[in-house]
This record gives sequence, structure tokens and C-alpha cells, in this order.
Amino acid sequence: MDLTAIDPLLLLASLMVASTPILLAALGELVVERAGVLNLGVEGMMITGAACGIIFSTLTGNAWLGFAGAALGGLLLSFLFAVLTQLLLSNQVATGLALTLFGLGLSALLGQGFAGTRPPAFPKLDIPLLSNLPVMGQIAFRHDGMVYLGLGLVAAVWYFLTRTRAGLVLRAVGENHDAAHALGYPVVLIRFGAIMFGGACAGLGGAYISLVRVPQWTEGMTAGAGWIALAIVVFAGWKPGRLLLGAYLFGGVTVLQLNLQAAGLAIPVEYLSMSPYVATIIVLVVLAAGRKPGSLGQTFHASR
Amino acid sequence: MTETLLALAGLTKAYPGVIANNDVSLEIAPGEVHALLGENGAGKSTLVKAIYGLVKPDSGAMHLDGQPFAPADPKAARAAGITMVFQHFSLFDALSVAENVALGMERPPPLRDLSARIRDVSDQYGLPLDPTRIVGDLSAGERQRVEIIRCLLQDPKLLIMDEPTSVLTPQEVEILFETLRKLKAEGTAILYISHKLEEIRALCDTATILRLGEVVGDCDPREVSAREMAEMMVGGTLHVPEREAGPEGAVLLTLDHLSAPSPQEFGTPLRDISVEVRAGQVLGIGGVAGNGQDELLLALSGEMAVAPDMVRLRGQAIGHLPPNARRALGLCAAPEERLGHAAAPDMTLTENAALSGKTRKNLVRNGLVDWGGARDFATTIIDRFDVRTPGPENVARSLSGGNLQKYVIGREILQAPDVLVVNQPTWGVDASAAAAIRQAIMDLAAEGTAVVVISQDLDEVMEIADAFAALNAGRLSAPRPARGLTIEEVGLMLGGAHDMEVAHAEA
Repeated sequence: MDLTAIDPLLLLASLMVASTPILLAALGELVVERAGVLNLGVEGMMITGAACGIIFSTLTGNAWLGFAGAALGGLLLSFLFAVLTQLLLSNQVATGLALTLFGLGLSALLGQGFAGTRPPAFPKLDIPLLSNLPVMGQIAFRHDGMVYLGLGLVAAVWYFLTRTRAGLVLRAVGENHDAAHALGYPVVLIRFGAIMFGGACAGLGGAYISLVRVPQWTEGMTAGAGWIALAIVVFAGWKPGRLLLGAYLFGGVTVLQLNLQAAGLAIPVEYLSMSPYVATIIVLVVLAAGRKPGSLGQTFHASR
Repeated sequence: MTETLLALAGLTKAYPGVIANNDVSLEIAPGEVHALLGENGAGKSTLVKAIYGLVKPDSGAMHLDGQPFAPADPKAARAAGITMVFQHFSLFDALSVAENVALGMERPPPLRDLSARIRDVSDQYGLPLDPTRIVGDLSAGERQRVEIIRCLLQDPKLLIMDEPTSVLTPQEVEILFETLRKLKAEGTAILYISHKLEEIRALCDTATILRLGEVVGDCDPREVSAREMAEMMVGGTLHVPEREAGPEGAVLLTLDHLSAPSPQEFGTPLRDISVEVRAGQVLGIGGVAGNGQDELLLALSGEMAVAPDMVRLRGQAIGHLPPNARRALGLCAAPEERLGHAAAPDMTLTENAALSGKTRKNLVRNGLVDWGGARDFATTIIDRFDVRTPGPENVARSLSGGNLQKYVIGREILQAPDVLVVNQPTWGVDASAAAAIRQAIMDLAAEGTAVVVISQDLDEVMEIADAFAALNAGRLSAPRPARGLTIEEVGLMLGGAHDMEVAHAEA
């Protein structure tokens, strides 16, 4: 075993990259759940985003357009979920599970011709000055644009939810949809918006796996990342700041255990593989969860 | 009065199978307190929802200040100067007072300015309120203040209040009335919905009485008696429950220093409750909602286990026993929430009868349900308690509130319990059904059952109870004989007004 083979700077740098897919997907789901909707289809929307990302970036030759296509793919899939649960009043849990199964199948179909193709390279931003900083430069300022977009979105969502009128209305809809309706707020419309934002974010997260992390298309390549995103939303108590912590923790332990595996640590690989899940759950549970939105997962019907 | 603020002419609204409002006309002048009276289902709520833009009438016209008025949604109504305080509070538990107020306004100022304005208005009208508190932690009276202040901040021309006093102590009601009189003096019209007739006589200038969706009369509530108004509402004479007071028997139920944390978030823990209930006695427990009523029922019914000695039945410790074991020993309970707690909404009346009655009515044999026996039991309840339903195969959800309440109370009474505990037995039930339920409870007591009635309706408690005790912040006062107790004394027992003060003359 050779622990000196692990470079701590490289480890911290790759932590940010490894966390980004889950961070993006979880952030979208956080907004959806704060609006009172439980969409269990995150995994399906992520894998569809991963396939759409490969398709669009290969066809256009531009990774950014690939991400845009992935967001669109995830958004369309979530639109389907919104129509079923908000207009046709279907059960959210069952519909979300169906969405995951549907997404897995759809992405396999879409990606058939693209197995093995390498997507166009996604350039890293070399931020002038900052990237030349001694330690921090290597850790934090030599990543690609999506890493920073993810961080920016966390800040934007936090600001939106806690500081803006629209965010207050969205929280109100999630807290008590009957009262929000009685005050004249368009519950269904607001939830449509939130669900589609969640879909687009999940699509971006999926595309980050297929365009940057791997980067190529394989069937079922998200491998449960969507479920981890869902769990992180709950354990983070529906708060964006803690969500960032949870996602980085998960990404960090993932990277660490891969490095430990490579270094030949004398612990069975299975234990190392499960460590990110265990560590994330333990830490976020110890931090004590927040209160879930009052109307989460309930079907709203303006019957009275 | 010459001026008219709001005029309704020929308003009609029909839902499938029922006409909620039929050709309703009324006029409200500025500075007038106008009462809207009627039984449940008389169409009061539908009518005010039409004014507030939540319901679109099928025909008829509304005029506000002489202009045609047809609000498409509550925002349009608020913009026109109409605000509403809802019967079931339209508040968000997890949000702060200021955020809740902001949600009810069209263009709220930044939260910091809004907090200052909330403090101003709450001082001016004698309704103290801290804008930063989380609404879920407030008492019922304080929650109502949030709603009222939300309305006042918009300088309304018309304030609609839907059953505002049902959750308040008598002192809090008096303070509310002071606030409303002050608003009236400032020229604000108030449309006041209630079925508490004495309050209407104390507060209102005119009353419009609805029955089955139609206006059946107008009156000046200061000039007619409460009984006359009640009979206009019901459309007949009202039967007042009565019973002969029997001799009191042995102590059946004992609560001994009962303390327990609340199982619910934002709930009230029970604190050191000690009381005895004798055979044939009705103990009335009054109190404002959220002072531990639900928790007390859970502790008595067995849904919440407590230390064995804290609850005793005929001297036997039963605090640790679950509901069915308590039923077997003779303690039955009927909780407040009909749909989802007292009855399973999507199961038939027969199934609901079997769920509660299986132990005492021997409806389970060798692990199999005796459906014939369950159906007989359900049919007996329906016959004896005049439950209006086509038959026991209907689901609980299909019954109206009053009928289902008669069913769930009747189900427990017909199990001939030694001790019966009921919470809000006539909540949301119309006057004649309420009278029938109260009579049934009193008949049961006359046969030697110890009865505990938890209710927020003080008139009800005073009518049927032998002894009265008040529940305040999870503590129970010492019981006092109900006869001869005045409403002021009751109010003081309830803890009086929770840090409320009468409006300053001119603050």
C-alpha cells in the first residue's frame, strides 16, 4: 500500500468535479420539493439528460450545446410528470417511479447509435490570476464552466428561496397549497415551473456524467446518482447550503475511496464502495434534518 | 342608510346536485356590521367566496360603489378593497408572521419595513404581535390576529369574517369586538358570518338569514331574540336537550398526574393533569384549540401510551394499554377529526363499524370478521341515531359532516362503554344534529356511564356538563360544578386573554 501516491490537492480538485452531477440534480429536486411536489423520477431525467447531452454535443460539435440539449431533454421528461401529476392528478410516487423506468428505457433507445463515441472536449476555464494562486488555484480555479454554474445555481436558489417574493410564494405553495390557493396564488402553474426547473437541472447533472466525468455513452451510466440526489435533498433538510455540503461530502468520499482502492488499501473493495453512501447519510443525519414542506407529495385539487 | 358599498342582486350558484345560493340579494353600507346567519350548508361560505372571487356565480350581479363588480380571483377582490379572514386559517405554519402577512398583500414592502408596519398596526388596534415569530408556534387567538392584521394593512373597505370567534376565549372575543367596532367607526364595512347568536346581537347592525341557499329573512339583531333568529335559521322549533340529574356513582376514570410530551410537531405537552370522573357524571373540558385537547384524547383513548398509573379505570392502571385493550375494559373514545381519525374515509360504514366495534361487539371469530354482525351493528347505529344515508354499504366519505358525526358518536355509544371520551362532538354539525348528539351523550350518562366531553364550544360544555374544567397550555384546572358558573368565570379559568389588551382609545 502506498498512501503517498495520493495527492491531496488533486483529490480536493477532483472532489468538486465528482460532486457536480449530484449537486445539480439535487438542487433541482430541492426546488421541486419546496414547491410541495415529490418527483422520484430524478434518475430517469438524469440518464435521459446524459443521452441527450451526447447526442446534441456530437451532432453540433459543441459541448455547451450538448448541455443545453440535455437540459431540454430533462425538462421535457419532467413536463410529462407535471402533466400527469398536476393536471391528471396521478399519484406522485407511482408516477415518479414510472418516470425513472421510462427514462432508463428511453435513454437506451436514444443512445443506441452513440455507444462508444467520444463527445467533444469540454474546455476547462483557466481563470486568469486566480488559477495561478499557489494551492487554491489548483483546487478551485481550474475547472470547467459547469462546476461554477452548479455553484452559482446553489447561491441563486438560496437567494431566490429566502430573499425574493417569488421564492416566498413558492415556499408557501409547498407549505400549504390550500391556503395558497385561497389567497389566489396559481398553485398548479407554480408547481409546473418548479418541476420543469428540476427536470432541466437533472438533465444537466446527467450530461455532466456523460460529457465530462466518463466521458462517453453507456446504458444506465448514471448508476443510481439520481437516488443519491433525492436522499441528499431530504438529509439536507431542504436547505441549499447543506445540500452543497452533502454533495461535496459524497463526491469527496467517492474520490477518496477510489484513490484508496488504487493505493491498494487492505480493506475489501465492497466496503470502500459503500463508504460514500454511509458517510453522507451519517453526517447529514447527525446535523439533524429540517422540516419537510407541509404539502409535500400531496395531490392538489381546487375542489372547494 | 342612503349609501351602499356592496350590493348583491339575484346571486345564484349551483354545484352538481345542490343549489348553494339561489337568488340571494343583500346590501351592505359603509361602516355597517352585517351578519350572515345560517346553518351549515345554508350557503354562507359559497356566498362570501363569490364576493372574494374564489367562486364564480352562475347568475346575478354584484355592484361595488355603484360600479359592476365581478372579481376573477382574490387578487382582484383585494385590489377593490375586499379582504377576508378565513374560518380555517389560511396561514403557513413554517413561515414567520411577516412572511404570512406579505403573502396576503398585493405589493408588500420589503420585509423590514413590513415588520415595522405590522408593529404599528398591531399597537394601534391593540393586537400585539411579534412579526418574526413562526406561525406554527402561535396560539389560535394569535393566529387570528395575523389574519386580521394582514387584512388591516390593506385598508379594506369591506372585511369578511368567516366564523372568527369559534377558537377564541370570551375575553379574546371581547377584544376582537373592540377592534371591529373601531374599524366600523372608521367607516369599514364588515360582513360577519357566525352561528353564535348572542355575539351577533352584541355586534351587528343588520342580519341576513340564509336557509338552504335562499334568503329567508332580514332582521335587526338588537331587536329580535336569539331564539327567534335560531328558529328562522332552522325553519322550525329548536329542541333543547335535557336530562334528569342522577345520583353520582363510583369513581370510574382517574387521571393521576398525567404528563406526556406531544407526539405532534407544534403540539402541546400534557402537564400534570389530575381529575376523577364518576359514573353518571359528565365532565366538560373547555379550552381554546391547541391547548392540549388532541393530546388529552390520545392519552385517554390509548393511541398515545403513558405511564400505567397515570390513567386508571375502576382503579386498574391502563395508561400503557393500546386502544383495543381499553375498549375491552370499557373505555371508548371518539376523536375530533371525523375523516381519517374517527372513520376511515374510503371504507364503508359496515367496515368502519367493525373497526371500532370488533372487541366489544364480538365481531371477530377465529380471526375472521363476522360481516353479518358488523352490518347489523352499522344498521343499528344508522337507525338509532337517524344517520341520513342510503345504507351501511356506503363509504364514510359520502356522508355529510353532521351525519358522519352522528355515526361515529353513535358507534361508540352503542358499545355501551363504562367511560366515554369525546372531543368536539358537534364540531361543524348543524343545530338539530348537534342537539341530537348532545341528547344521546346525556342519555348515556343517565344510564351510569362516566363521560368526558372535550369541546371548544363553551355553550355546549355548559349545556351538558355537570362539572367544568379548563385546559390551558396542557394544564387542567380543578373541576367546578357547571351549574351557576358565569361566562366571565369560565373565561378566567381558560387563562383569560393571552397577552391581549383592549384597543387603546386613540393610540
